[in-house]
Amino acid sequence: MSTTTVAGDLASFTRQALAGLRMLLAFTLVLGLGYPLVVTGISQLAVPWQANGSLVRADGSHVDRRGGDVVGSALIGQGFEGEQWFHPRPSAAGEGYDTLSSGGSNLGPLNPGLVTAIDERRAAVAAEDGVDPADVPADALTASASGLDPHISPQYAAIQVARVAQARGLSDDVVAGLVAEHTAGRDLGVLGEPRVNVLELNLALAALGGADADGTQGSAAD
Amino acid sequence: MTTQTWAAVAQVLVLVAALAAVHVPLGAYLARVYTTPNHLPVERAWYRAVRVDPDAEQRWNVYLLSVLGFSLMSVLFLYALGRLQAYLPWNLGFTGLDPAGAWNTAVSFATNTDWQWYSGEAATGHLLQMAGFAVQNFVSASVGLAVAIALVRGFARSGTDARIGNFWTDLTRGVTRILLPFSFVAALVLVASGVIQNLDPHTAISTVEGATQHLLGGPVASQEAIKDLGTNGGGFFNANSAHPFENPTPFTDLFEIFLLLVIPFTLPRTFGIMVGDRRQGWAILGVMASLWAAALVLTTWAELAGPGAAPQAAGAAMEGKETRFGLAASALFAVSTTATSTGSVNSMHDSFTAPGGGVLLFNILLGEVAPGGVGAGLYGMLVLAVVAVFVAGLMVGRTPEYLGKKIGQREMTLVALYVLTTPAIVLVGTGLSVVLSPGIAGIQEAGPHGLTEVLYAFASAGNNNGSAFAGLTTGTPYYDTLLGVAMLLGRFVPIALVLALAGRLASQTSVPPSAGTLPTHQPLFVGLVAAVALVVVGLTFIPVLSLGPVVESLS
Repeated sequence: MSTTTVAGDLASFTRQALAGLRMLLAFTLVLGLGYPLVVTGISQLAVPWQANGSLVRADGSHVDRRGGDVVGSALIGQGFEGEQWFHPRPSAAGEGYDTLSSGGSNLGPLNPGLVTAIDERRAAVAAEDGVDPADVPADALTASASGLDPHISPQYAAIQVARVAQARGLSDDVVAGLVAEHTAGRDLGVLGEPRVNVLELNLALAALGGADADGTQGSAAD
Repeated sequence: MTTQTWAAVAQVLVLVAALAAVHVPLGAYLARVYTTPNHLPVERAWYRAVRVDPDAEQRWNVYLLSVLGFSLMSVLFLYALGRLQAYLPWNLGFTGLDPAGAWNTAVSFATNTDWQWYSGEAATGHLLQMAGFAVQNFVSASVGLAVAIALVRGFARSGTDARIGNFWTDLTRGVTRILLPFSFVAALVLVASGVIQNLDPHTAISTVEGATQHLLGGPVASQEAIKDLGTNGGGFFNANSAHPFENPTPFTDLFEIFLLLVIPFTLPRTFGIMVGDRRQGWAILGVMASLWAAALVLTTWAELAGPGAAPQAAGAAMEGKETRFGLAASALFAVSTTATSTGSVNSMHDSFTAPGGGVLLFNILLGEVAPGGVGAGLYGMLVLAVVAVFVAGLMVGRTPEYLGKKIGQREMTLVALYVLTTPAIVLVGTGLSVVLSPGIAGIQEAGPHGLTEVLYAFASAGNNNGSAFAGLTTGTPYYDTLLGVAMLLGRFVPIALVLALAGRLASQTSVPPSAGTLPTHQPLFVGLVAAVALVVVGLTFIPVLSLGPVVESLS
């Protein structure tokens, strides 16, 4: 290849690259600022609750903006350990339900440590809820993909009913009724799986007055 | 069948019905976008502003220089944004990315790979996401579309001096007429369903039990839409489409799967229209759809059956899966994301059952042609079709032809190099990483699963997928640098070969089919192309697959 063609190719490439730079900067203005900001504006006007993270207060009511009385997002799971609460799934996000560290365990299907952890969780859940270990469903024993799974299966909710009812001095029927109210079926009848939103269920429980957030017995249970 | 199995089948039917409903009109629309001589008024203003001539036809080598020039600028610009994050507005207090990390991320997004070594909620501010990542989500997808259309023009044109269109016009139209309007609508659907869209920082609140949790903010819906539609896959948050703020309901899940499949599965129609024979498009669609369906059946079966010690102990393969999606919707997403070069995940592939995870890896190794990434899937599949025609020609001893173009020695040289490029990148990268100490240091699990982790990473990077068998620790200078090189070569070497092929084909004069021409629109040809795809991957990767997922499945 002669030097003139090499120089010609280089000049041609430089021309193309400069055109590319102009295009990229223009795209950055339109796609990088214009598009997301317009979508943000429309979202904030039309569906502010969804756009800001489906925030809920302690009484279960929705709130459009962040503020002092927000206790969480209806879409994001949070840890519940007290016996008067329905418990969520195990979480691999940080120390558990850490939104700054979303993710799964990434443990493989043959990992011996995972098998041990599952066996230990089965024994612990069965003991705490007073059920046969064989009745503990898989979602109670496994960490979700996000570590922030807001849901449990209806089966996992069902085995927790007696424990929660006893801790709150409520009848099993009342608690089971609340679980039924907070159980969603498959979207459009076929999409995904049936599920129970743990935060919404627990806030509804608290609203009944069985126990307050500190776990001490409240007046309604006396 | 159980209710779970019925629902698994029904959700696939809903998806297929939606894809079928848009196939014909959208295919025709895409063909019009890339063939009409008319510019929209806004596009005329755009071309004037950036000073390019939208009507100048380019030869293949100039078209390639434009692709490379634009992509080089994209990498440099993104690298600078990443390094300088500390000085940008809306950085949420995050510092700049380290050099190896910024290089990896710049290449990753400019090549439509979207491999992520970092965790979005802990490393990237809103401006880097919007002005850096989201912009590349649009334009890298538009580059893929442009290259695919250029190859189709090569088949459609006859006797030109290797002119295959104008890259700047193709790039612009892909954004203004396809990706931007569709993403806008999709973003609004997503935000109405619960995906967040704001510019708030991450702030701490006290939970019901009094623990501290951070409320996350960000322009997520606008990014999520193009992440899926452009088969990019780079999640706003670490958990990607498993994160409830990216994918809150089973409905959004199916909608996102639809977005990532819709353009790749529609392009064969566009191809058929542009080459003047729609039956050719049906044949290509047939190959794509049968490979996708086979992978879906296998993976769904594996996840529902749940073989392996951990799924057996738990009673179901729910490790790394979300309750709202369950097993079937996770398998559907996983197959669709690995078959399209997207790489977003709604469940953690590392925790899939051994046969399920093996199928996902196989999908990527297949070169992502079933249906493949936006544009990249079509040009990858057309290359395999040329191989199939060549093999058939050898059997009967005639010069092979495809769509009226003779497949001679020069054409086959380009095609053979294309077929060899990614396997070479994947196997060399994997080989280096299991003998060099910084490579070994990143492996989480000993034994065959560890090899699968490394192989998956290089397969994902070399094929521009971007999903991870996340067990591998990749945020190290070694993996960031090497995977960056793999992504760069895996994107632009095939593109250069495809454009060279397009130029050769466009300069040939079309020959009318004769009695001895192999019909390329019949089921026989569909089977032949699918077989060629499987044999090529099989011969290349069976040794390493045997040492990884196969050993694991048998143990």
